[in-house]
Amino acid sequence: MRKKKYRDAHHVSPAINVLFNIIAGVFAFICVYPFLFVIVISLTSEESLTKNGYSIFPEKWSFAAYEYIFKAGDQLLHSYGVTILITVLGTLVSLLVISLYAYAISRKNFSYRGFFSFIAFFTMLFNGGLVPTYLVVTQMLHLKDTLWALILPLVMNAFYILILRTFYSTTVPDAIIESAKIDGAGELRAFFTIVVPISLPGIATIGLFATLGYWNDWFNALLYIDNPSLVPLQSMLMRIENSMQFLLTNAQLSSSGQSLELLRTLPQEATRMALVVLATVPIACAYPFFQRYFVQGLTIGAVKE
Amino acid sequence: MKPIKNFIHHLNLNKVFLLMVLPGALWFLFFSYIPMFGAVIAFKDYRIGRDGFLASLMQSEWVGFKNFEYLFSTNDAYIITRNTILYNVVFIILGLVCAVAMAIILSEIVNKRLAKVYQTGMFLPHFLSWVIVGYFTFSFLSVDKGVLNQFLVWIGQDPVSWYSESKYWPYILVFLNLWKGIGYSSVVYLAAIVGIDKTYYEAAMIDGANKWQQIRHITIPSISTLMTILTLLAVGRIFYADFGLFYQIPRDSGPLYSVTNVIDTYVYRGLKVTGDISMSTAAGLYQSFVGFILVMTSNWIVRKFNKENALF
Repeated sequence: MRKKKYRDAHHVSPAINVLFNIIAGVFAFICVYPFLFVIVISLTSEESLTKNGYSIFPEKWSFAAYEYIFKAGDQLLHSYGVTILITVLGTLVSLLVISLYAYAISRKNFSYRGFFSFIAFFTMLFNGGLVPTYLVVTQMLHLKDTLWALILPLVMNAFYILILRTFYSTTVPDAIIESAKIDGAGELRAFFTIVVPISLPGIATIGLFATLGYWNDWFNALLYIDNPSLVPLQSMLMRIENSMQFLLTNAQLSSSGQSLELLRTLPQEATRMALVVLATVPIACAYPFFQRYFVQGLTIGAVKE
Repeated sequence: MKPIKNFIHHLNLNKVFLLMVLPGALWFLFFSYIPMFGAVIAFKDYRIGRDGFLASLMQSEWVGFKNFEYLFSTNDAYIITRNTILYNVVFIILGLVCAVAMAIILSEIVNKRLAKVYQTGMFLPHFLSWVIVGYFTFSFLSVDKGVLNQFLVWIGQDPVSWYSESKYWPYILVFLNLWKGIGYSSVVYLAAIVGIDKTYYEAAMIDGANKWQQIRHITIPSISTLMTILTLLAVGRIFYADFGLFYQIPRDSGPLYSVTNVIDTYVYRGLKVTGDISMSTAAGLYQSFVGFILVMTSNWIVRKFNKENALF
């Protein structure tokens, strides 16, 4: 009798366990379902869509949307290219700048560490707002309609600096750096040959945050990009959606020549969903392998020095 | 002469470190501190001149608090403030309760491998942009092809024109916010729960505590610091709305503005649609200023109770 009671306290009762499985399972399913649904829509033939609307059991399957994209999808390939370029370049620049900055302010023999820590930290508390930033980027730095407008605004983030600073000061012992310096290495060399290899997990975490940020960014394109050849993937999807909305809300235009022209240039229903799938698949395939870094980052960030 | 010499000597000692922070410091200068200074536009009648931003800023005329007076005399100021705060309050409370509950549920599921599968599934929305989620939402809410309207017709109801009926949107937005965020925050809480020292539970079991008592008296107190910190971060940002949620998901639909317009979307539209630069700067500064006071106050309050839990 005692033994049974003891075992009961280890686990919830079987009935509760079933209930918990149902709650977690149903919620997980709700989280994944829309993505599966969009995949199915992208594989539905255009006639079935017009006739039955969106359905998880389409009347007729079709690869036409994907064939169309790979045959006529200049804009898509171009946008994919822009997204990949800003993601790779942006992540590298971001990592270099953040890791150097965080390292300097983690070192106790840097006389101005307090000042530079404050400069970073204060941006989390107060900011000038969207409009002055927009004016600086467009009228002072003249970055409108350049790739740099998609890269530079996302380079720094005070939160990442704090995470990495905490990571350095908890994982890299001062003694190692001191001994490297006794062996004649300068601060910079000590950083690249000793500190970076030790702190790779922390740097990788920030790298993943940055990669996701660049891949998913549409806001900077919304603000700064008008030139169609510089539009990244997410932003292209947004523009298609806006044009559709424009057609729907201006129904009286529908029969006019202008809107017929617009309608002809827009991809069809299944094709639009296929674009969504193609923009999401790389992330959906990669994140299960990297998810623990995303958790780690936040938990490190929540630890104070 | 001596202080200057001392200063130069100091700079020389720190020159490698100064080089390391230089790119980042320049970034902060251009993307944070000049814009902060530029926020004085809110007190001016900004006119774009030919000589760039700073020159235009200097040349524009001072108007005192006129932009703010104008902003607060409209009904918009009330609506955007109300929407921003109310939505965030609901997001914070429901988000905290659901995330902690889900984390406890995940930690108590006997089959750990299944729990891991659920966890991975509910983490997916966190990695998707609001543009993508906007398409997902559209597949359910589309007037002629959407799943919800198919269902309504099937049970004999009239289809709803979702993107022009404002009364449903508070629920839709709250649902989507939870849908996107719970997976992530529950996994973070779960990481904290897994890290709790097992001997506490052993001791409690020997004292005869059942599972529910263990959860109440060990699990929840152990993660309360994390709960406070994450909530505090959210409370400090209660004046900031998630632009993507309020702009992408309702598809910028005019009839919905009364329930979807928040400070961030208002500022954006002021800048890009109506082009009223000084006014939207004023709205942005109002947001930053109140936001700053809120972070400082909430941190101060937490400090009074428990120094450990404060942010700074």
